[in-house]
Amino acid sequence: MSQKGQNLFDKVWQAHKVRELPGGQTQLLVGTHLIHEVTSPQAFAMLRELNLPVRFPERTFATVDHIIPTENQSRPLSDPLAEAMLSELEKNCAESGVTFFGPDQGQQGVIHVIGPELGLTLPGSTIACGDSHTSTHGAFGAIAFGIGTSQVRDILASQCLALARLKVRRIEVTGQLSSGVYAKDVILAIIRKLGVNGGVGFAYEYGGEAIEAMDMEARMTLCNMSIEGGARCGYVNPDEKTIDYLRDRPFSPKGDAFERAAEQWRAVASDPDAQYDDVITLEGEAIEPSVTWGIHPGHNIGVLEEIPTPNRATNEERAGIEEALEYMDLTPGAPIQGTPVDVAFIGSCTNGRITDLREAAKVAQTGHVKEGVRALVVPGSQEVARQAEAEGLDQVFRDAGFQWRQAGCSMCLAMNPDKLIGRELCASSSNRNFKGRQGSPEGRTLLMSPAMVAAAALAGYVVDVREVNSDVAK
Amino acid sequence: MSQSEMTRITEIKARACVIRGDDIDTDRIIPARFMKVITFDDMGLHCFEDDRKAAKGLHPLEDERFKGAGILIVGKNFGCGSSREHAPQSLMRFGFSAFVGESFAEIFAGNCTSLGLVCLTLGSDEIETLRESIELEPDQEVQIDVAQATISARTGRLQGEIPAGTRDQLLEGRWDSTSVLLEAGEAIEQTASGIGYIRGY
Repeated sequence: MSQKGQNLFDKVWQAHKVRELPGGQTQLLVGTHLIHEVTSPQAFAMLRELNLPVRFPERTFATVDHIIPTENQSRPLSDPLAEAMLSELEKNCAESGVTFFGPDQGQQGVIHVIGPELGLTLPGSTIACGDSHTSTHGAFGAIAFGIGTSQVRDILASQCLALARLKVRRIEVTGQLSSGVYAKDVILAIIRKLGVNGGVGFAYEYGGEAIEAMDMEARMTLCNMSIEGGARCGYVNPDEKTIDYLRDRPFSPKGDAFERAAEQWRAVASDPDAQYDDVITLEGEAIEPSVTWGIHPGHNIGVLEEIPTPNRATNEERAGIEEALEYMDLTPGAPIQGTPVDVAFIGSCTNGRITDLREAAKVAQTGHVKEGVRALVVPGSQEVARQAEAEGLDQVFRDAGFQWRQAGCSMCLAMNPDKLIGRELCASSSNRNFKGRQGSPEGRTLLMSPAMVAAAALAGYVVDVREVNSDVAK
Repeated sequence: MSQSEMTRITEIKARACVIRGDDIDTDRIIPARFMKVITFDDMGLHCFEDDRKAAKGLHPLEDERFKGAGILIVGKNFGCGSSREHAPQSLMRFGFSAFVGESFAEIFAGNCTSLGLVCLTLGSDEIETLRESIELEPDQEVQIDVAQATISARTGRLQGEIPAGTRDQLLEGRWDSTSVLLEAGEAIEQTASGIGYIRGY
């Protein structure tokens, strides 16, 4: 039974608290542990060194996403380093009894795409993964956060983490979003307002009319980029949309158990009189399609705005803006619209789901990729790929000159063959525009929504998606 | 790191190196392409590799005056972005055992604690004082006192902050958390048995 005045974070934290640790930290039970090939092999090695077993193998789930190629996934993988990582993960899972969703089984994909679609991501749960975008799962009212490899070891050994309690900031987005404005634009606007480190020490609770109106996949996009604002986790309170989404998923409860679970999920939502450490409000109507111009996600503006000018910035901001403009080779004061792009990437744990592909396809079907632009569409999972193919979206993209790929992280972080080359500038639906992020030490990234990426691919430069297709977002 | 190697971390005495700039992310500390390995062994070889190449020999990690430094002085929000422990592993294997900055990204700071690396935060004026002192006299030895959360350099003793829980873990040698967590014993299973999605609804 929940007490009055509690937020979801408090309720979940209390339910999972094993004990208080000296120094004020909490030993927190992590109910669902997700792993992938990059941050887990060293953790299994540490465990072997300590001669410890995996304590709850049935509560850890694995897939391969970062290193998997998206053109040819047949084994052995053509890159021997990638093959070694995949083989190591398979071996570790087999030896310890952890479920592995491999590329030949039909349920593989980006870990933050498959968790929800398999029904592993449940309201009121705690979820951790050696990946900062674990915040994605907060869309279901889970407390979900990224961890390092030593903490992956801790969970494998004890199913627990030692953590300091986070404060909770409610971010209220009022009103309705305009046509052509998506969850991606909302989270970019939030990060622009609060800064890339504004969320350090906080969990973000997203609420308000604009958030409640979002479907589950939009909420995943929103929560996914909480970490880009410095918040280790972000969540949306579960509601009937959450419950409907979870019905009939492979791992969600079935029959009467589902109805009992749904009652608990409704009860875990923040109470109407819940207390918060901070409350911030944004006006939904005022949010525009957003584009980054610099080297972190806080460097973003509305598509109709101009690239910032260092001498108009505060002393504190100036050095960062100058560094960003120099790296990006963009002109201060120029409109961001019209910036030529070499590559267009649609995919990732941020925006590689079926609704993202549908919105991008609406734009793609209005034209053809500009000559000289390399455009990739990478479904977030094998399930997303099957659904898109059943709807004919793959053909829409192919007809428009996009490459239709297999599931993986792809060009979001380029630990696989999908990379920028040299100074290429990429319109990207991913989550990070850091220097070198997309695989070339000099490569440049402009983050935007999938519909905006598709529009940029057709035009060959950044355009306002609302002018390309008046049907978007309807 | 095995449990038997757990040590109490009370002070760090070393020369320091300064990397200026805010929001330095973990992709810059260790670019993702160097993570295609199943151990951390070679992480030190590629520390800040792309930044160093771009700086054409002028990066602080290439600067002879800072060679052998064990403490890294940084700006605001250091270690933001990816959760990769490869980043602090890379810095540790390059030779750093403590970081002093205006602020640190949360996952980065947690990863540092897991490795017994110290993250000390200072106010912006104090950081600037320290940076100028070290850039002027890079041969000086500086000293971090973990219990007091201070750093002493030729410019004087500067008061900083280390979160109390982290400070105690370092001082008491409890920073290698696995053994601490396992001490809870059956309480872990008991907590699990009260939770619907684990036990079954």
